[in-house]
Amino acid sequence: MIKAGTTEARADAPAPAVRLPRRRGIELALIVVAVLLSVYGYCAVGIARHGAVPPGAAGYGAGLGVLALVAHLAVRLRAPDADPLLLPIGVLLNGLGLVLIYRLDLETPGDRAAPAQLVWSTLGVAFFIVTVVLLRDHRVLQRYAYVCVAGALALLVLPILFPAVNGARIWIRIAGFSIQPGEFAKVLLAVFFAAYLAANRGALAYAGRRVWWLQLPTGRVLGPIVSIWLLSVLVLVLERDLGTSLLFFGLFVVLLYVATGRTGWIAVGLLLAALGAVAVGWLEPHVHSRVEDWLHPLASIEAGRGPNQLSQSLFAFASGGILGTGLGLGHSVLIGFAVKSDFILATAGEELGLAGLSAIFLLYGLLVERGYRAGLALRDPFGQLLAVGLASIVALQVFVIAGGVTGLIPLTGMAMPFLAQGGSSVVTNWAIVALLVRLSDRARRPYDQGPA
Amino acid sequence: MTRHIRFAAVLCVLLLVALLVNATRLQVFQAADYEDNPANRRQTIARYGQPRGNILVGGRPITGSKDTGEQLRYERTYLDGPLYAPVTGFASQVYGTSLLEDTEDGVLSGADPMLAPFPLLGDLTRARNAGGDVVTTLHEGAQRAAYEGLGGRTGAVAAVEPSSGRILALVSTPSYNPEALSGNGPSVERSWVGLNEDPDKPMLNRAARQTYPPGSTFKVVTAAAALDAGVVTDVDEATDSPDPYRLPGSSTSLTNEAEGCADASLRAAFMWSCNTVFAKLGVRVGVGDLAATAQAFGFNGTGMRIPYAVAPSTFDTSVDAAQLALSAIGQYNTRATPLQMAMVAAAVANGGQVREPYLVERTTRRDGATLDTAGPRPVRQAMHPATAVRLRELMEDVVREGTGTNAAIPGATVGGKTGTAQHGIGNSGTPYAWFVSWAQGERDVEPKVAVAVVVEDADADRGEISGGGDAAPIARAVMEAVLGG
Repeated sequence: MIKAGTTEARADAPAPAVRLPRRRGIELALIVVAVLLSVYGYCAVGIARHGAVPPGAAGYGAGLGVLALVAHLAVRLRAPDADPLLLPIGVLLNGLGLVLIYRLDLETPGDRAAPAQLVWSTLGVAFFIVTVVLLRDHRVLQRYAYVCVAGALALLVLPILFPAVNGARIWIRIAGFSIQPGEFAKVLLAVFFAAYLAANRGALAYAGRRVWWLQLPTGRVLGPIVSIWLLSVLVLVLERDLGTSLLFFGLFVVLLYVATGRTGWIAVGLLLAALGAVAVGWLEPHVHSRVEDWLHPLASIEAGRGPNQLSQSLFAFASGGILGTGLGLGHSVLIGFAVKSDFILATAGEELGLAGLSAIFLLYGLLVERGYRAGLALRDPFGQLLAVGLASIVALQVFVIAGGVTGLIPLTGMAMPFLAQGGSSVVTNWAIVALLVRLSDRARRPYDQGPA
Repeated sequence: MTRHIRFAAVLCVLLLVALLVNATRLQVFQAADYEDNPANRRQTIARYGQPRGNILVGGRPITGSKDTGEQLRYERTYLDGPLYAPVTGFASQVYGTSLLEDTEDGVLSGADPMLAPFPLLGDLTRARNAGGDVVTTLHEGAQRAAYEGLGGRTGAVAAVEPSSGRILALVSTPSYNPEALSGNGPSVERSWVGLNEDPDKPMLNRAARQTYPPGSTFKVVTAAAALDAGVVTDVDEATDSPDPYRLPGSSTSLTNEAEGCADASLRAAFMWSCNTVFAKLGVRVGVGDLAATAQAFGFNGTGMRIPYAVAPSTFDTSVDAAQLALSAIGQYNTRATPLQMAMVAAAVANGGQVREPYLVERTTRRDGATLDTAGPRPVRQAMHPATAVRLRELMEDVVREGTGTNAAIPGATVGGKTGTAQHGIGNSGTPYAWFVSWAQGERDVEPKVAVAVVVEDADADRGEISGGGDAAPIARAVMEAVLGG
């Protein structure tokens, strides 16, 4: 099916013996740029709305700057060979998210989300620092694969015990904080999948039964992983969080393909995904209405019931045009509920335009690319699979939610990494970046050196 | 494994490309469709996001804007709303716009691309231009005199400048305050329902959008047609007219309220408003010539705009002789707006030339720079200049010693014509009192104002309704206001 033989020769070229430049200085410079861009956005909102720089601008810039610098120091000390792009991208996206949430807070004076988001961002960066400092070698995680999967399942099951919020049982509310445990489960599942597939890579290639042209691995190998995947999907369907379910499924298929190299997995995955989507879209009214909205986003207007959230989101993107209305000058707040979380991208699309939106997409693309690059450069299968898995989480999540709010695919509720309001999501994303930093540090470190 | 990682990366690139292509489709190619969707409130928000430009009378704004701080931020306010309502119309956030607020909306709301100081700059910066102003041709004193003259009665006044077509006054009573329709609260809905259900129809623009049977004021048109067609060559020569006049082909006889109409000259018949004489004149002129003259004055013309659309005045061309006789004295299917009748008087005053009337002198940017001016209006010759001279004489006689003496202004030349129009089934309705006139001040080289007044007063006794009694004093007040300043 796929015969890209020409690239094969280059793919396995030996790693260069010369030491790669560490480029910590570039990382610092890029962090400064990221912080300045965020502060500029913050000021632009204030000037557009009140004609003056907002009073908190200096504090905001200082806070973000100190956080980023501490994170940079942690990287400099503990992961000196890490990829210099990862941390600045995280800082810029998080800073931009804070600006967008602050900007939307101006429209909803009774419901301010930016301060809490700043606290969560601080926690996220702290988690990043702790991970980079304490986790000296990513291979340690391989030992805790089964702890990870148990934890992930526990986190997924936990919200079922709590009351549903907005039709989905994915939150737990404790002491005024709402936490979305499914977010953390993503990373844990990625670790488990990577560890399990790395350990059983050889066994998975064993010939099992043959169904038509497809060579299945033996049931003994495949059984556990499929059952865990099915369990997680079942939990998600029960919780009506289709977006995360889709994400896990995609993650599973990608890692299985990368580990075994069997294109059949892709075919099976797509077939299963299509079957699952049709079944769920048919049976579940909540999802069915999402599919209807996707096919006919303006149907509610034609029926005289006014625009729904998706059409309001499309209006916002359309209003942005190529250059956008400018920060603080759009009307994405018309989307209403979830404008700061699931639909945050609509604000970016309206106020920054196609230019700004493309820049954001490319930032995510760069983040993913850096993850894959680390995966390519690593030499242990677990590290390779983990890097690919984590990068794929980001890629799939961005695609599912960005495609949803722009009408490319049916809308499923999910947080835009780093941009959207939501503490669990921010902390999870910083954890992903921390692991990628650790992985890239290992990937770029010369052979002969031990831990720095 | 490396190779498979690369393939997975290619998949991610495909996802990224899909997102970028889709965003381009949405934000570039389909943007206009979504922008124009009526459910998209952005255009509405932008429209009300800045103060609306003003409508000016005599250099002073008669409108304003109020900052409410709501999502649709600025609401329209009116100084003297009822006085100017037939000119301004309303600008409501719920019910849209009407009249000048509607036709000049592009300038007032700032949407007109001409408002941009530099072309294409607005497309880049996306800044909306400040709303421009609309300078009207109205004469404040004339408008006020007409409104106060009508008082509590139902009626309308239209006044134009004969030489240019500038509308000097446009009044309709009972009126309403358009400010009651600004904004979007529940009180606006109540006002809207109340105004629409009001039996007095305060939102009806009687001066330009309501037609009445013009009655005897239409005799100006009939006289012009008779003189132009050569049916009458000497206004002092006796016409061969019986009194009462039996309508041709029917058993109905037409009578007069005045005495001495039998075989009266055109001058006398015009002065005393003899129905019999003009009915017979109309028949002698014939439907072709009479209709041609009426159309030259503006009857049967659709699409007249001042700049908002005016109800077409009508003169029925498919009539038999009896119907033609009645049409010639402004009855049967002959109907005219007060504005149309003001144009008739203006044509007589302007040497037979009809100027298209207009309300907007010019539009300006917020800083006063002129955007657009009215410019010369099309001219139509409604009658020979010689006919106009003789009609002026006849109209002057009416005011000097005929039915219209109430309109006389000391020191000024005034010509007029009264009318009392029957209407309703079997003429059962309370008649409308009409007066059309023009006036020229002592020092003016040409007539300065032409007026048409109609008073429909359901409360008055039928016999007392008369053009000379009810309508002429209002016309005089309007003419005095124009001549005096």
